[in-house]
Amino acid sequence: MKLHQIQEALGDSRLQRAIYSATARLADGRTARVAEMPDFQDLRQRAHDIKQHTLDHLDTYLEELERNVVAHGGQVIWANTGKEASDFIVDLARQRGVNLIVKSKSMTSEEIHLNDALEAAGIETVETDLGEYIIQLAHEKPYHIIAPALHKTMGQVAEILKAPADSTAEELTALARAVLREKFLQAGIGITGANFLIADSGAVVVVENEGNARLSSSAPRIHIAIAGFEKVIPRAQDLSVFLKVLARSATGQKLSVYTSFLAGPRRQGEPDGPDEFYLILLDNGRSRVLADREKRQSLYCIRCGACLNHCPVYRKIGGYSYPWVYSGPIGKI
Amino acid sequence: MAMAEVLERAGCDVEFREAQTCCGQPAFNSGYREEARRVAAHFMKVFEGSEYIVVPSGSCASMISHHYDQPDPRVWEFSKFLVDVLHVEDLGARLDRVVTYHDSCHALRELKIKDAPRRLLANVRGLRVVEMDAAEECCGFGGTFSVKFADVSGAMARTKIESILRTGADTVVSIDSSCLMQLQGALSRAGSNIRTMHLAEVLASR
Repeated sequence: MKLHQIQEALGDSRLQRAIYSATARLADGRTARVAEMPDFQDLRQRAHDIKQHTLDHLDTYLEELERNVVAHGGQVIWANTGKEASDFIVDLARQRGVNLIVKSKSMTSEEIHLNDALEAAGIETVETDLGEYIIQLAHEKPYHIIAPALHKTMGQVAEILKAPADSTAEELTALARAVLREKFLQAGIGITGANFLIADSGAVVVVENEGNARLSSSAPRIHIAIAGFEKVIPRAQDLSVFLKVLARSATGQKLSVYTSFLAGPRRQGEPDGPDEFYLILLDNGRSRVLADREKRQSLYCIRCGACLNHCPVYRKIGGYSYPWVYSGPIGKI
Repeated sequence: MAMAEVLERAGCDVEFREAQTCCGQPAFNSGYREEARRVAAHFMKVFEGSEYIVVPSGSCASMISHHYDQPDPRVWEFSKFLVDVLHVEDLGARLDRVVTYHDSCHALRELKIKDAPRRLLANVRGLRVVEMDAAEECCGFGGTFSVKFADVSGAMARTKIESILRTGADTVVSIDSSCLMQLQGALSRAGSNIRTMHLAEVLASR
């Protein structure tokens, strides 16, 4: 953490207001949802126990996941490093003659600097989550793991989208939407992250609010999902625990607007879906964390981002004062 | 002194052992585990033979009960001791002030103390308690954090006092002197006349 970055963040009163009010909104939302559920702490404990069990038997569940993905006609790519993951995507795009890729929000792809690798290979890559799209146009990195453009005001967003300064949120969204719809239709590959990987059904679960992940995974001919291997959970029914905890903690919603279950390419008779499906399971240092009994717990994280919203330090210095793409308390770990 | 007075009023025999020192938290938080262990050993020795050890600080009480190798069950934070051990909530205090209560991090988050100090304040005659919107927010002190990251610490204190100022209270009360020191510094620099008081001082007032 660099002192001048901290001082810059602290000295920017507009930024200070933006971070403070946005994190308060997210934290208050969580508090309200948690108050409605007397058994919330039990659910958290159950989610913890499932994660603990899964990571203690990771080899079994990952192999089961792979078997089921393959049974659905998909392919699993085991990537030890970020470079291996990026190389696979670049090579596949070249083989299939793809020069436009659409992406939905994925911190894992940020972690491996995928956009830089694709750009260097001359492949146009478009972020389709509104916040990520804004950040991409501004040539910045996500400021918050679930709200990447949390630090931008409406005026700044209008400027980035080259819209009139007094545009409303609806007008700005419509502007982005018009551009992105075309990209979805033209793209040869759609890349998504994954909130959960279900071993017993070989499915990727993506939770989102804008519908862009669903379009990224179904409109282009090829769908690639990229996820750290710790995202695996044993059974589809475990989702009843995780989905209750995730949206409430992340955005104060009971459930996100879209919850997509993506299992392989389109089957015969199905109207939608990709022709090819690839799941990249990323290590990128996770095995080292797994080997450390104490640090292993950090792999239980479901990336709700609540720790950032509650962290008094994050709320002052913001998301760019941390040494890598994951900011806030969990980023420090 | 104020704590001793309140405890005596509540019927305790109070003894102050002069050989006592710091609980060792600054060393512990800075990574000097061995040195902290030596301070902890000294702590145990000094308080040998006493029935209860009452601490006027959530931070120290939390250090002793959460981070010592062998947490001492005789150690109690002051407000929790009054309410949960002595079962006393009214100490016959009187203070004509408007106060707002600051939840310190260690007391609230590690010791889960939220109601005890508020119940004690509710029974002080002449006192009006106004909750601030950011009661649970950190004051920014954080021990050595305030030295290592003075800029961030100061910024957090300024946000906290904005919330205090919105209440219209003339006094901020807490059970941690370190928070109060931080807040008093920030309040004075902001030109405010609001003063800080430890809960024990409030309860000792007549």
